[in-house]
Amino acid sequence: MNKSAAAKPSTDVIKESSMLKQKEMIDANFKSLATANKEGRKVSSTFVPGNLNELLMCFDITRNFPEINALQNGMRKKSGRFIMEAERNGQSEDVCTYVKSDLGMIEQGNIGPTGDKLPDPDVLLLSYTGCFTFMKWFELVREKYDCETIMLHVPYQADGKITQNMRDYVVKQLKEDVIPTLERVSGIKFDIDRLRQYMRESAKAEDDLVWILQSAKNRPSPIDAFFGGVYYIGPIFTAFRGTEAATEYYRALRGEIEQRLANGQGPVTPEGDAGKEKFRLVVEGTPNYTNFRDFWKMFYDEGAVVVASTYTKVGGVYDFGFRHDAENPIESLADYCLGCYTNLSLPRRIGMLESYMEDYQADGLLINSVKSCNSFSAGQLLMLRELERRTGKPGAFIETDLVDPRYFSAANVKNRLESYFQMLQQKNAAHAA
Amino acid sequence: MTVKATVKDIVDRCQTLFDDLDFNAVKDWKAANPGGKAIGYLPIYVPREIIHAAGMLPVGIFGGGDQLEVIHGDAYYQSYICRIPRSTIELGLTGRLDSLDGMLFPSICDVIRNLSGMWQLLFKDKYVKYFDVPQTYRDDIAGTFYIHELQDLRDDLAEMAGRPITDEDLHNSIAVYNENRAVISELYDLRAQQPWQAPASEIYLLLRAGMVLPVEDHTQLLRDYIAAAQEEERPRRDNCRVVVNGVFCEQPPLGLIKSLEMAGCYVVDDDFLLITRWLIDDVPTTGDPMENLSKAFLHHSAATSAKFEPDKADKGKFLIKQVRKSKAEGVIFAAPSFCDPALLDRPMLQEALNRDEIPFTAFKYAENTGQLQAIREQAGTFADTIKLWSA
Ligand code: SF4
Ligand code: SF4
Repeated sequence: MNKSAAAKPSTDVIKESSMLKQKEMIDANFKSLATANKEGRKVSSTFVPGNLNELLMCFDITRNFPEINALQNGMRKKSGRFIMEAERNGQSEDVCTYVKSDLGMIEQGNIGPTGDKLPDPDVLLLSYTGCFTFMKWFELVREKYDCETIMLHVPYQADGKITQNMRDYVVKQLKEDVIPTLERVSGIKFDIDRLRQYMRESAKAEDDLVWILQSAKNRPSPIDAFFGGVYYIGPIFTAFRGTEAATEYYRALRGEIEQRLANGQGPVTPEGDAGKEKFRLVVEGTPNYTNFRDFWKMFYDEGAVVVASTYTKVGGVYDFGFRHDAENPIESLADYCLGCYTNLSLPRRIGMLESYMEDYQADGLLINSVKSCNSFSAGQLLMLRELERRTGKPGAFIETDLVDPRYFSAANVKNRLESYFQMLQQKNAAHAA
Repeated sequence: MTVKATVKDIVDRCQTLFDDLDFNAVKDWKAANPGGKAIGYLPIYVPREIIHAAGMLPVGIFGGGDQLEVIHGDAYYQSYICRIPRSTIELGLTGRLDSLDGMLFPSICDVIRNLSGMWQLLFKDKYVKYFDVPQTYRDDIAGTFYIHELQDLRDDLAEMAGRPITDEDLHNSIAVYNENRAVISELYDLRAQQPWQAPASEIYLLLRAGMVLPVEDHTQLLRDYIAAAQEEERPRRDNCRVVVNGVFCEQPPLGLIKSLEMAGCYVVDDDFLLITRWLIDDVPTTGDPMENLSKAFLHHSAATSAKFEPDKADKGKFLIKQVRKSKAEGVIFAAPSFCDPALLDRPMLQEALNRDEIPFTAFKYAENTGQLQAIREQAGTFADTIKLWSA
């Protein structure tokens, strides 16, 4: 099938102005990390799901996200080398490659994705949300540094709901362990009004983010909610949630998308406007980062647009109503941690996908199952089966990895996708007839 | 007059229980206890005391081993996920777990965690609970949370039993499990002192029997074995002494355990069926039973990969203590393929052993690993090296 006539040659990557702004923000954070140790600023390493960005900002602590480093290294084709290094140093080939990419990078001098040296952490804030591997990851990183480690244990929503016991447990940890330790590490007294202020900013950005994600309900969708979505979630899932910069970014992004919507345009791809929207997909699972653009191209070349994805909920599920709440800041942080996507029960995850299939009028469900991530992957075959049964829509299952280039077989993935799109086309044609 | 059981009688009985993938022991118990309920649990730890106090039979489900043909289970899991969940699903889908009225999924890793949700969808008529345990250890924070979780389980089981579970019921059950743990500890001591009298494969089968037998019967079985084993004359080999680590969830095939011994290694401590030795000290049998169980978990329980180690300096200490106490000469790390907790923990434990100059070797297995030759050779070489060093 042909690529859209509107698409530009593939060498120049097309960027919206919001993307440029985001790039500036991310680069500035890497710069600030690079100079933190020298300038005496305190640094935390912390995970994306259940991150306490607003709280860390209350202590002027710079935030380093090892998962982001891993994915950025994946996109820049550096992760393969780091993973091999970690395996040479005793890590098993079987385990999560995010961890190995991080460990390999540290072992090779801890030069971050942008080429700047990453700082030694003053505190490892282990937000133990939605993934058991996080615990081992920071135990492994802790071996290399002489710094405090805070374990924030976030119970799993096994029955699909937050109980008062779970919330109380997280709140108590925050009040009696996390905050006092951050005070000690930073030498700064906790100011709840400062936290409230950041949380007000968070909620503004969250409102706009939800609007952006839900714009995909339109036909054609003005966004791609998976590949494009990865960029859209960048600031709010990381060091910027709660900042004015993030609020501005989301306001600007929303403006751009409103414009696209008014013009009846589809998503922007790295090669310009996507062509005619032929298939609307919901995607469960993570992207592949080592071949991100090639992978995306396999979709837009075929007119396939992702209208909703679960990956864009790993750092917070906002589209079912949750917002950071400045009136109840600590409780709201607890609910935020408890509510991240991979902390939800499998039936809840299936329920979410089912509603996406319906609300976004999707033609099918695609699962990208990654070898690294048991948290996402274990159970996905049942999810597929269950969702096909419930929605009557065809599903497809592909296997890749997040940042290990050895597990991305472009030919296999392309074949699989092409036959899936053909099947969708036949279904659509039969439906139209 | 009762005839004293021989080691062979006891081990044969355990082997029969081990081989029985239809869980007839559970069915027999239910036949003998009309209206009685059986509650399954997966590795690594659940408070069996509460199940027992409800008058129910706790049943450990440790996968399908190497005798179960997995036909349906593979359709539920990608190739890069360990084997225990797929064989557990197979057991469930083939009706082998029908005698269970409920299933507990302890907090051990993402695979078992997600399996709890799969179970909710696949076996809608059964009681299913993900049993969360704290990863922080302060009584006033983690303890409060954990006591709530314990209480939830207690309430659920009381409802199923149709009667309340009293504190007295719990004290009695705690006492019964204290006794079981004490006898197991005696058994482990016996093996550490005279491993040729109590081989690891037998100890393993004895502990496995405890996964399906009522605890009182199991304690008696262990006592009988200890008595019988001490009376047997068994040849003492020139084996080296090792601790096996990493086998806490998916089980190695029995042949693998036997292979280690045939290769020249006496296993003198291990992390097999950790639930039987999870709580290290006796749990008090007076006072608030929930609080007692909570404190035992928080402050007196085994260290393992599925548990957070808050103090970097203590990483590996538990294993080293096992080595020292059992006078082991080395450690064999055996981990299930694709097991993130065991495999990610391993380098840290190895580092700790290196610091203490304790030799180790490492390999992976699956519950259905058929070819044991390579593992046997590796264990043999390890044993020879240790003997050379200590010569
Ligand atoms: S297992 Fe999944 S969620 Fe956990 S660190 Fe790895 S990629 Fe992230
Ligand atoms: S073998 Fe390891 S990864 Fe598999 S279920 Fe058990 S603990 Fe989890």
